[in-house]
Amino acid sequence: MQHNWNFASVFAYWDVLLIGLWGTVYIFAITCVLGLGFGLVVGMMRYSKAWWISYPARVFVEVFRNTPVLVQIIWFFFALPVVTGVEVSAFTAAALGITLNTIAFSAEVFRGGIQSIEREQWEAGKAIGMNYAQTMRRIILYQALKRMLPPLTSRGIEVFKMSTLASVVAYSETLHQAKLIASYEFNPIEAYTVVAIMFFLVLLPLVQLTYVLERRFGKSD
Amino acid sequence: MHEWDFAATLADMDFLLLGLWNTMRVFALALLFGIPLGLCIALGRMSRIPVLSQVSSLVIEFFRTTPPLVQLFWFFFALPILISVQMTPFVASVITFSIQSSAFFAEIFRGGINSIDKGQWEAAKAIGMSRRDSLRRIILPQAVKRMIPAFAERSIELLKTTTLISTVSYADLMFQANELASKTFRPLEVYTVVAVMYFFLILVFSQLTILLEYRLAKSGEGTLR
Amino acid sequence: MTPVVEIRNLHKSFGDLEVLRGIDLDVMQGEAVVLLGSSGSGKSTLLRCINFMEEPTDGRVRINGDLVGTERGGRMQYREAELCRLRTRVGMVFQHFNLFPHMTTLENVMEGQVIVLGRSKEEAKSKAMQQLSRVGLEDKAPEYPARLSGGQKQRVAIARALAMDPEVMLFDEVTSALDPELVGEVLKTMRQLAEEGMTMVCVTHEIGFAYHVANKVCFLHEGRILEQGEPQKILKSPDSTRVSEFLEGHSLFKLPD
Repeated sequence: MQHNWNFASVFAYWDVLLIGLWGTVYIFAITCVLGLGFGLVVGMMRYSKAWWISYPARVFVEVFRNTPVLVQIIWFFFALPVVTGVEVSAFTAAALGITLNTIAFSAEVFRGGIQSIEREQWEAGKAIGMNYAQTMRRIILYQALKRMLPPLTSRGIEVFKMSTLASVVAYSETLHQAKLIASYEFNPIEAYTVVAIMFFLVLLPLVQLTYVLERRFGKSD
Repeated sequence: MHEWDFAATLADMDFLLLGLWNTMRVFALALLFGIPLGLCIALGRMSRIPVLSQVSSLVIEFFRTTPPLVQLFWFFFALPILISVQMTPFVASVITFSIQSSAFFAEIFRGGINSIDKGQWEAAKAIGMSRRDSLRRIILPQAVKRMIPAFAERSIELLKTTTLISTVSYADLMFQANELASKTFRPLEVYTVVAVMYFFLILVFSQLTILLEYRLAKSGEGTLR
Repeated sequence: MTPVVEIRNLHKSFGDLEVLRGIDLDVMQGEAVVLLGSSGSGKSTLLRCINFMEEPTDGRVRINGDLVGTERGGRMQYREAELCRLRTRVGMVFQHFNLFPHMTTLENVMEGQVIVLGRSKEEAKSKAMQQLSRVGLEDKAPEYPARLSGGQKQRVAIARALAMDPEVMLFDEVTSALDPELVGEVLKTMRQLAEEGMTMVCVTHEIGFAYHVANKVCFLHEGRILEQGEPQKILKSPDSTRVSEFLEGHSLFKLPD
């Protein structure tokens, strides 16, 4: 059977799609910034020599790496209000789940990056009289960040894809808006194809960027 | 303050365990189809025939860059209309996750094969092996060992991603949890129990990975990450 | 006269392994001391205890008369801030250079001055250029370390340490990682420093350097100083058979008559 593709039936609702796009970008920006920022903090805690700093960080990382994001989102949306007695919006639940997951994953990237810097660099900083914080900031982090750029970019791509999970609690991001159009117009083929291609076109340049970064800043300097 | 009461949740534990079983079924089938498919795509990507390698890399990039939930919706809602067949949530899930994970597995295969020293190809060639034989008898056995941790890591990701199939009403653990939560009016307990179940399930897998990596490191094998 | 470095009864253990078993050593102003010994004799550890890259297990270290650390209940305690300050007074050069790869040569030499000593950028820059020309590399100031040869890297590392105006310089096998043809330029720089009156302590396998440049040679064996004295004495007619065995076994040992 031949299907008559009719993309006009999707683009007629460009304003609906636009709301979705904005929703995707908005939740991505917030979760990405918060996730990477706190990820750096947790990653450095994880690296600490004091067990009472590193241990809680480790537990945090294990818990949020080892539970599916969707489970977290659903938990924050349906279960958290029962504990706190406060309504949790779809956006808050989704952003919370994605952010916590991103913190846990990027913390491991940061820790790995810091660990990958040779011990000699610490010694060189020490030898000219720098303290721990100065060496970390000026010598170690700077070099580590370069090595972490490719895995962090990949993480960003994952976060962008994860934003679609917010549709499950009916937050109006791209996929959710497409679902609305599909149920209005009975055109799921076109609606979901458009969404798939949109994500592909947005993320493909980013994927290419990670390849470039990997070649430039990969293991060797 | 909410009073915790797990009785209702625990009474219906078999309901949740059924969901767990369904989750594992999709997971296992996706691995079963995804890994060989991944190898094929990887070989396609490394092929000297330009069209084959371009198509393979397009497939890889497409399934790596589009969100799995979008893919699932497409295979469940769009594909059946397109080819006019009946599609059950189960079949759609297995198809989606087989293809989706095969794209990731393909990149692991490719990385593993590329990581083998060129001298090994040359040595195989020098004793008269064909490209095919060299790959099968010399390169792949060495590469697979290095790829195991990356495979394990990817499989854990896949396991987490299977929660998405609840959105197309397939009765996996997540879906059963939703049902139970609305039946018992105890979302806090139900979702907490389910979160803990997923946590331990994934923890067991990831600990196995670490153990495996440790064993491989001890046997002096470099691994691929 | 107060020694620049005064070490008394220094002990250092790593777990059960006792690497230093009671070292006494004085380094006077303008002196160049060379530490010799086979690997595992503890010479590098001794050096690293002088600027507290390693904290000694027991014993006292004084730099120009100032005792490092505070005594509490018979044990020495060291605070990070104090050790950081100490390390600005004691310069160190490493076997593997350890330049900061993300900074240019000039920035490498400026870094400690600006961040640790709090000098202004202009002051640090003119000081850095001065030290770079002292090691003959002022034209490499804008280059990144990756563009330099091993010998050049090591001379930049020397300039980086000198820029802190240290009271004493420590050299930890600084030529061991270099290609043979690059060793000479680094030794020449070190010799020039010694002649300018810099106080220095060197761990090295270059017996020729010890013979020509050092004022004092110490031979370490199993964590103790077995023999010390003028290089002419120690290197030509040592008292201990261990020292002569070491010198005979040393392929680089070619002394002029």
